[in-house]
Amino acid sequence: MTTTAPVTFDVSGTAPIPFSRLFRVELRKTVDTRAGRWLIGITIGAALLAEGIFLAVAATHSDTTAQYGDFVGAAAFVSSILLPVVGIMLVTSEWSQRTAMTTFTLEPRRMRVVVAKLLAGVTLTGFVIAFALVVGLVCNLLFGALQSHQSIDWTFGWSGFAGFVINQTFAMLGGFALASLLLNTPAAIVVFFVYKWVLPGLFALGAALMSWFNSIVGWIDFQAAQNELYDMPLTGTQWAHLAVSGFIWLVVPLAIGIWRIQRAEVK
Amino acid sequence: MIKVERLTRAYGSFIAVDDISFGCEPGTVTGFLGPNGAGKTTTMRVMVGLTLATHGEVTIGGMHYKDIPNPGRHVGVLLDASAQHAGRTGRETLELGARTMGLPASRVDEMLALVSLDAKEAKRRVRNYSLGMRQRLGIAHALLGDPTVLILDEPANGLDPAGIRWMRGLLKGYADRGGTVLLSSHLLHEVEQIADEMILIGNGKIVARGTRQELLATATGGVSTTLVTSLDNAALQAALAAKGLHTAPAGSGIRVTAEPVDVGRVAAEQAIVLTDLRAGNEGGLEDLFLELTADSQREPLRSEVSA
Repeated sequence: MTTTAPVTFDVSGTAPIPFSRLFRVELRKTVDTRAGRWLIGITIGAALLAEGIFLAVAATHSDTTAQYGDFVGAAAFVSSILLPVVGIMLVTSEWSQRTAMTTFTLEPRRMRVVVAKLLAGVTLTGFVIAFALVVGLVCNLLFGALQSHQSIDWTFGWSGFAGFVINQTFAMLGGFALASLLLNTPAAIVVFFVYKWVLPGLFALGAALMSWFNSIVGWIDFQAAQNELYDMPLTGTQWAHLAVSGFIWLVVPLAIGIWRIQRAEVK
Repeated sequence: MIKVERLTRAYGSFIAVDDISFGCEPGTVTGFLGPNGAGKTTTMRVMVGLTLATHGEVTIGGMHYKDIPNPGRHVGVLLDASAQHAGRTGRETLELGARTMGLPASRVDEMLALVSLDAKEAKRRVRNYSLGMRQRLGIAHALLGDPTVLILDEPANGLDPAGIRWMRGLLKGYADRGGTVLLSSHLLHEVEQIADEMILIGNGKIVARGTRQELLATATGGVSTTLVTSLDNAALQAALAAKGLHTAPAGSGIRVTAEPVDVGRVAAEQAIVLTDLRAGNEGGLEDLFLELTADSQREPLRSEVSA
């Protein structure tokens, strides 16, 4: 039996886990698995490939003009396709790999973990945008070097860029919302791509065929509402469309998803 | 230290844990025993807040788990060694835990050394780990924050005999230094050698509890038996019978309904050379375990079938 004095349970000297630490750990989790590294590697590779093709085409056709904004846009667009998948896996892999058991045992206040993950996803979006700015810069310089008959054009569509940043952040949040709602990697990825790329087409088709649908589609088509962001400033109706459709497609699934994670029995 | 009070967890009409209460004291190892599906894991999950209690509560050091700041520094938990990301290396699994708890990186190396995972193994992905290695990694993770309470669900699962012996020594030493250990098992022999107290659970209810000796006394109804072998069994049996002790042949020796000391005394009086003398209740604990949890065993007991 006992040979020494029992250790008492004294938590008075222990500080709670600071949020910054949770955030850094969640950011680390996006790149510390093979799947995460591949995903980010492919994203970067695809962006560079697209830039290479764009550069080759632009440089070999003397009548083509290209600006800094074009190169940034190409890199950002390509990398944005896969980026939300990183955000999705940040949530779903905890369930499919059952690491949520460890994560929520170390920090039982699950909401803090969820917010740390959300912030990690948004930070990754920031990284990708910064990456696009740098790659665009290099490509624009290369373009200038490859063709000599015109000077380098540093025009950059700031209004379009602002729209792009918001659009990318919403894409990440949308992926995150669906991931927390479904808690299953393949399902969340498939539903996300339908949500992002298929649904707008269906909405457009429905609006063309049915006049009653055409009158309401503006209020429910989140992607179309976001497209308006590229042509700032928006009218009051456009902002209203964005708010209402965003509420339906972003706020509601995110709220239900977070509620589900909070209550779920972690197996 | 750990206090389970009238805990019930129901899933619809199925009651996984049915109004159980028990406590674990500092400086002791408590064995939580029961067949698969008896409610051990559910109870442990409620302890750390992964499952909500339907009724009742569990406190650790007087606190609910969710109210413990940086709980990994106070309570070491291993609920399922398989619940680790297959694509992460063993080292990275510990690294994430250490960073979350705010521990120096050197702690990871210390824990890897403690559970005998070498540098090469630590660099491999968990996907390529055997169950025994995952178990070691899980134990390392539970001990990372140098906690004072350990909650381990089936920690011996998948360990080889040397590993089981190693773990016994580890937990015994941990309790001797004042820590509180609760470990579950569905195998009696894994637990009986280190547990100061055992709690037997079947169908969500506690069916027996106590020290090994107390349980043994229950198992045999307070009657002790002794197994004895001598150079002259016939003479010994006659002498024991003359003392009014009940005897019966058992293998190459005799089973006597008496304490070993009484049997030894008779042999000494008769100058009979003993070659083996021991308490004969050893099988009793296992019989008790199977009997008490019979309702929840998947295989019916033979005696029940023939009855």
